[in-house]
Amino acid sequence: MSLTLDQVHRIAHLARIEVDETEARRTLGQLNGIFGLIETMQAVDTQGVEPMAHAQDLAQRLRPDCVTENDQLAWRSAFQAIAPEAEAGLYLVPKVIE
Amino acid sequence: MIEHSLADIAQALANRRISSVELTALYLDRIARHDPQLNAFITVDPERSLAQARAADERLARGDTQPLTGIPIAHKDIFCARDWLTTCGSKMLGNFVSPYDATVISRFQQAGAVLLGKTNMDEFAMGSSTETSFHGPTANPWALDRVPGGSSGGSAAAVAARLAPAATGTDTGGSIRQPAALCNLSGMKPTYGVVSRYGMIAFASSLDQAGPLARSAADCALLLNCMAGFDERDSTSLDRPREDFARELTATTADRPLAGLRIGLPEQFFGEGCSPEVMHLVEAAIAEYRQLGAETVPVSLPSMSLSVAAYYVIAPAEASSNLARFDGVRYGYRAPAYDDLTDMYCKTRAQGFGAEVKRRILIGTYVLSHGYYDAYYLQAQRIRRLIADDFAEAFRQCDVVLGPTSPSTAFRLGEKAADPVQMYLSDIYTIAVNLAGLPAISIPCGFAGGLPAGLQLIGNYFTEARLLNVAHRYQQVTDWHRQCPPGHA
Repeated sequence: MSLTLDQVHRIAHLARIEVDETEARRTLGQLNGIFGLIETMQAVDTQGVEPMAHAQDLAQRLRPDCVTENDQLAWRSAFQAIAPEAEAGLYLVPKVIE
Repeated sequence: MIEHSLADIAQALANRRISSVELTALYLDRIARHDPQLNAFITVDPERSLAQARAADERLARGDTQPLTGIPIAHKDIFCARDWLTTCGSKMLGNFVSPYDATVISRFQQAGAVLLGKTNMDEFAMGSSTETSFHGPTANPWALDRVPGGSSGGSAAAVAARLAPAATGTDTGGSIRQPAALCNLSGMKPTYGVVSRYGMIAFASSLDQAGPLARSAADCALLLNCMAGFDERDSTSLDRPREDFARELTATTADRPLAGLRIGLPEQFFGEGCSPEVMHLVEAAIAEYRQLGAETVPVSLPSMSLSVAAYYVIAPAEASSNLARFDGVRYGYRAPAYDDLTDMYCKTRAQGFGAEVKRRILIGTYVLSHGYYDAYYLQAQRIRRLIADDFAEAFRQCDVVLGPTSPSTAFRLGEKAADPVQMYLSDIYTIAVNLAGLPAISIPCGFAGGLPAGLQLIGNYFTEARLLNVAHRYQQVTDWHRQCPPGHA
């Protein structure tokens, strides 16, 4: 299998990473090298093998749906103090709806 | 003092032969003198470390002590530490001052350990050489033109050069064990779920596990005693009774302290692919283990050869999802100029991530995308099961599995940087352990051409205490682990 330049642009867009043409070409070569390695998996017959998503077969732990943090406003301002742009407790982004 | 074990340092602090302030100042001075050549640290804040040391001295004076009280510890820059710059080796978090502590950091703080600084690493822990760091590469103290391994290369170089008594690391595919091997240290990846991942910046959540990097297995045991434990803030943290990981390291006069231990030697670890110099040292270590009373049995891990392929589907898939959070909205880098919201995301991520991180996000995005999920992601998860089953079968025949940690000694800076596949293959002996979620330790087993080599011991789930003992008995009859890089004594 080998990727095309169009596919590189498509997955870069899905991943929200801007790539220019030169970078896309270089990336294409590298990804094809890596997929050459990954393709060795395809030779193995895994029919009937249960996929393993996790090292420990555990059920997801649940917790009561209740407030656990005090001083929520203080925490909010501590976390928003490091935001690129925040105002009145809100994160600012470029206008989305005209 | 810099060659003392952590237990001896604790004794010296308890007896007032040295104060935590003196000890911390000693290491800060070594960092100031040696780190310009190594680049092992991203952030050092002497004032803050010394303030913590003063607080530790007060605790020591009150007799309110734990085994690590007053001991300075360096932390990989992947652990969020409140009010400390926490960059994860990335421009994306180049300005990120964490508002909270990772659980690992809080546990060291509660123990009264001193935070000595934040160490360099491959960007978002993606690499095996510490060359992908936004802060520039770290040099190996054994040879400044060589890599320290990665991704916890800054921690490894710092401890090897005696710039810190011990350090923390994280291991997703070998990132504690391989730098331990390349820098002549003992480094342990515990069973998945033993150490909390809360506040540890996520790379591949089903594989990531934190652990210690130190100068001996005994030191690792003390560090793990502090790091391990249930944490309700990590959904995959395991709720198990507390255990003393140093409990088997008691003194013995037995000639053959490992009598009855069955060491499994997988044929896949002893075939082609490993350099002859490293293999020679591993074989000498096996002979040493027979002297200690252990017997060796042949075992097989037939699916191990597929571990790198499966890993480079699973880890990038999880990474592409985890790293979606870096969008320039809530924290970290934001591109200075953009047209609209989508353009802001695209430019922020293009400028904020380095080349290796982008490659892995793209691989992950592709293998999870419509039409490719079954062929790649599901197939990789099935192979992951085959690998875990191989280990389960091996552990029916033996107590620990032994082999090399890394197929070679430290390679040259730049040697593999241009070829991702060659870099990936340097983790051939470590990755299967993460896929299965098992504990493993790398310990020094000798030198080839002046460069250290590592021996890897892999145990069944939750056998950390035994693994540490098996490593410790070897370290009682060898002195490889005591060797210090020239110029750093």
